[in-house]
Amino acid sequence: MASARLLLTRGSCTALKTITGHGQRSLSISSAVLARTHVSYEVKDNVAVVRINDPTSKVNTLSKQMQAEMVEVMNEIWGNSAVKSAVLISRKPGCFIAGADINMIQACKSAEEVTLLSQEGQKMFEKIEKSPIPVVAAINGSCLGGGLEFAIACQYRIATKSKKTILGTPEVMLGLLPGAGGTQRLPRMVGLPAAFDMMLTGRNIRSDKAKKMGLVHQLVDPLGPGLKSPEDRTIEYLEEVAVDFAKGLASKKVTVEKKKGLMQKLQDFVMGLPPVRKQIYKTVHGKVMKQSKGLYPAPLKIIECVQTGIEKGNADGYLTESQNFGKLGMTSESRALIGLYHGQVACKKNHFGQPEREVKKLAVLGAGLMGAGIAQVTIDKGVATILKDTTEEGLSRGQQQVYKGLNDKTKKKSLTTFERDRIMSMLSGQLDYRGFESADMVIEAVFEDLSIKHKVIKEVEAVIPSHCIFATNTSALPIKDIAAASKRPEKVIGMHYFSPVDKMQLLEIITTNKTSKDTTASAVAVGLKQGKVIIVVGDGPGFYTTRCLAPMLAEAVRVLQEGVGPKKLDSLTTGFGFPVGAATLADEVGIDVAAHVAEDLGKAFGTRFGGGNVEVLKMMVQKGFKGRKSGKGCYVYGAKSKEKKVNSGAEDILKSFKLTAPPAVSADEDIQYRLVSRFVNEAILCLQEGILPDPVQGDIGAVFGLGFPPCLGGPFRFVDSYGADKLVQKMKRFEEAYGNQFTPCQLLLDHAKDSGKRFHK
Amino acid sequence: MASMLLTSLRCSPLTSVQAAQFAARSISTSVHLQAQAKSKKTLAKPGVKNIVLVDGVRTPFLLSGTTYADLMPHDLARAALQGLLNRTGLPKDAVDYIVYGTVIQEVKTSNVAREAALGAGFSDKTPAHTVTMACISSNQAMTTAAGLIAAGQCDAVVAGGVEFMSDVPIRHSRKMRKTMLSLNKAKTLGARLSLLGSIRLAHLAPELPAVAEFSTAETMGHSADRLAAAFGVTRLEQDEFALRSHTLAKKAQDSGLLSDVIGFKVPGKDIVSKDNGIRPSNMEQMAKLKPAFIKPHGTVTAANSSFLTDGASAVLIMSEEKALAMGYKPKAYLRDFVYVSQDPKDQLLLGPTYATPKVLEKSGLTLNDIDVFEFHEAFAGQIMANLKAMESDWFAQTYMGRKTKVGAPPMEKFNTWGGSLSLGHPFAATGCRLVTTVAHRLQKEGGQYGLVAACAAGGQGHAMVIEAYPQ
Repeated sequence: MASARLLLTRGSCTALKTITGHGQRSLSISSAVLARTHVSYEVKDNVAVVRINDPTSKVNTLSKQMQAEMVEVMNEIWGNSAVKSAVLISRKPGCFIAGADINMIQACKSAEEVTLLSQEGQKMFEKIEKSPIPVVAAINGSCLGGGLEFAIACQYRIATKSKKTILGTPEVMLGLLPGAGGTQRLPRMVGLPAAFDMMLTGRNIRSDKAKKMGLVHQLVDPLGPGLKSPEDRTIEYLEEVAVDFAKGLASKKVTVEKKKGLMQKLQDFVMGLPPVRKQIYKTVHGKVMKQSKGLYPAPLKIIECVQTGIEKGNADGYLTESQNFGKLGMTSESRALIGLYHGQVACKKNHFGQPEREVKKLAVLGAGLMGAGIAQVTIDKGVATILKDTTEEGLSRGQQQVYKGLNDKTKKKSLTTFERDRIMSMLSGQLDYRGFESADMVIEAVFEDLSIKHKVIKEVEAVIPSHCIFATNTSALPIKDIAAASKRPEKVIGMHYFSPVDKMQLLEIITTNKTSKDTTASAVAVGLKQGKVIIVVGDGPGFYTTRCLAPMLAEAVRVLQEGVGPKKLDSLTTGFGFPVGAATLADEVGIDVAAHVAEDLGKAFGTRFGGGNVEVLKMMVQKGFKGRKSGKGCYVYGAKSKEKKVNSGAEDILKSFKLTAPPAVSADEDIQYRLVSRFVNEAILCLQEGILPDPVQGDIGAVFGLGFPPCLGGPFRFVDSYGADKLVQKMKRFEEAYGNQFTPCQLLLDHAKDSGKRFHK
Repeated sequence: MASMLLTSLRCSPLTSVQAAQFAARSISTSVHLQAQAKSKKTLAKPGVKNIVLVDGVRTPFLLSGTTYADLMPHDLARAALQGLLNRTGLPKDAVDYIVYGTVIQEVKTSNVAREAALGAGFSDKTPAHTVTMACISSNQAMTTAAGLIAAGQCDAVVAGGVEFMSDVPIRHSRKMRKTMLSLNKAKTLGARLSLLGSIRLAHLAPELPAVAEFSTAETMGHSADRLAAAFGVTRLEQDEFALRSHTLAKKAQDSGLLSDVIGFKVPGKDIVSKDNGIRPSNMEQMAKLKPAFIKPHGTVTAANSSFLTDGASAVLIMSEEKALAMGYKPKAYLRDFVYVSQDPKDQLLLGPTYATPKVLEKSGLTLNDIDVFEFHEAFAGQIMANLKAMESDWFAQTYMGRKTKVGAPPMEKFNTWGGSLSLGHPFAATGCRLVTTVAHRLQKEGGQYGLVAACAAGGQGHAMVIEAYPQ
């Protein structure tokens, strides 16, 4: 413990030396102040107002530059005896500090380097925490990760009630932990349960909740129009209020300590008991293991840091935090998650330019699960939407789904009932084509049947204006076949949404060789407005996502036929990192849809898509086992008990199609890799054939649309980290037992041959 | 008299300068000069009936929970209506129609206009209806009356408004109400018992009406505080304005200018003849108060906000011919008026800013033409914010689609007999007080045009131009 302490102090001493050196110089030469680009300050009435603004980005991050300037400024302030308190505020309207600079971590070559980054952060915030003058963090906009750690090192926090103001520690989602003192300060500030919840889920916390939790001391209302724009004036107002509080703190008129209520005292007392804490660590650990299957190291390390800090004291806590941070920074899981983060950012941009005209009115055909979901995510962005169905019952069900989706948000208080009503007023439910003459885009989500789609496209083209785009929501039918019925194939595009539309982030856009670039740009723009992460892929049976999923499901059926029960199959797939087991997934997608897709793609791709017998699925459909929607599939649904029961009817069918499992490839791990390798091989084939434009979109599509294990980062990153050669070896073994379903594609073989070849640089 | 002269001189600097320069000239010339200063001589429009305000009265405005505490809303309304009859000597059957405003409704007298009219002894052949539009309810009553006359349907209409905050409807919770309603329908004892058994403690919590927006759930004081902050209105400015309001009201009360107030014998109590909310304080006292809505750093306090008030008002509006035919000498013409509405969240109380330029344009007047301004003072911060908004080119361009600002009214013409902050603000009665006060001030000060403007919940607003009746 003492040595750790020593290490820390020695480190900070050297840092201090260099810093004070800077401080003195800039005091004498005012031009040095001008050189600062990210952090500036002025002294108002003995209060130093420190303003942060990264001129190179839309958000502030704790980059090297930002940290260096911050240290410099703080030292100047501490050196100025006229300054009695300080306010820390961002000049950006929607962002306080969004976190540490991820690139800084990615640039590190070793765990020690990452640990050092953590220790630098710890030191900086320790100095803030021990500041001789009170520092008030004035928070407007996102205050995440390192930003939050900075804020909680300050003596006082004031946040705006703006919807954009969110606090949180999302590091866990990048496979990391709050490495600048967060695991140590947070539990002391908000208590163990709340701190674990924040750090292990990475969830965003709105400012009103943060106030209740004790994470911020005061709230400031966002302002409307005045003599300046609302955004500018709100920041100014926040600063005024913060300066007042800073003065109050300096003169001891404002106290930091809040009077604790009886409940709080009781909770503190209970938490003071070591056995209680031990029980909490155990419960949280158990929960994490259950949810992550032990595939994610970060949550466990977070628990370890918190536990060390509380049980063994600060010095040990900080040391564990920085060391664990270093270790996590080097894990493949963290790399994978960071890769997904970057991929997601890339897939939230429109790479096809500004569309010629904005879609202001959208029409959705078919008020089923998909159609209503699409309508919901469109109207809540303020775009007028027609929801058309052919029957009143269908329409009523769809409208109810939209209403329920929004109403649930009012219950969670993310919407007011008034906002809900305003949003609902954007929706026009109807049975006829009224208003289609002014629609800018039509998305059809009718039954997956080519002749119905053809009928619809002809009907619609008779009523829509010439600029209107026709998008088809299908999961497998090739777009060019659908477009064959169109008079204007350049305006036809595929928009493959994932169910439930309001929850699933992915949108797969499919272009044919006739689709115009402007049509694509427009579809992407609509998708982005709907809040989607978008991949744009080429046309073909099953496009990208369905094509990857189909062979895996075919393999799953074979596994079931070989006598592995649905529960075992589920645990094998979730054990590999899939959020939903393969059997459950089939039920969710719908056995009928799966049968449809398996048959269609089987025809298109031949024996490579074989494996399980399609007749199994067909028989299940015949018996009415269509999955969750019909109450029975692989499992029985509807009963109130939480425990899912295996559908014995389905088991009987499987028995009648029983296959003998070849023992050489039927170990648990083999089954997992049989499922995954077919998925991955098909994904790589899509890239090889040009269906996929790049591996990034391939990874994003697989993870966000199909639930490919996020800890593996997607099929392409998985191959990079697992090793193409190792995968090929495995597949060759499976190929011997089953044949061409496991024949590695050429691109995969190329990667296996040359270990220098990687999908991601 | 001397003070009157002084005011009118101050009001029109051009006239005073020229009058000084050409002191030797005859009176007729200076009248001519004054007319030249105005961009218009009269606002009468060809083919449109002239509508006149014959007279207006109000009960004393009292802090709620004081002498009126045991009354009901229609009692107050009746007092105002009877007062109007007494003051004008109007034959009861000469009234064609009655329109009355109210905001917080007493459910027993939901058409309070009719109940009050019957009680006040108006003919039972005179129809009456109630309007509601938050703080501009009686403005709506008056403009409804003007509409009835202009359309040729009526010649004499009584308009007014009442608010009674000493008693407000407090309801059972929705769940409790539902149970009680089902109880009425339950046929068997068992059904009744099971319904009674379903009542939980939480169902007994009552629902209190709040002065809050339904759409945003924000209370008006909270919104006012944010508005003040948005326009950078300081606590000091607000306290100063509130003090000004109280000081001017006190002066007006003491010098007998508030002649629209009628005495009211409250049953079981003494005659009430004065507003009781006028309390000039001092800056030190006011500075001690803690903010009432945004705590702890807000600026709106109890002292710089209008208080909950009981009161009623009434005016007699007629077509000019009818008034003259009945031998009345009208006090003023009611001219152009507008209603505006904006965002109920961030611009809740900016009605005057939006309404003023619009109504001036409609009348072909400029701000300089107006001699008397009466703005409803909901909060000192709200008035100051409106004045700043009206003075801002940026605001006019960015939010109102105007090329330039309209300008803020000069303070020497603005609410010089006090305002809602000091006299009190019975929501639905304030509009008539504003119009009657403009008429009285125009008479007293010799001006020609007056402007009434007010904000209201829901983000709505109103303004009206009033022209003095030639004396």
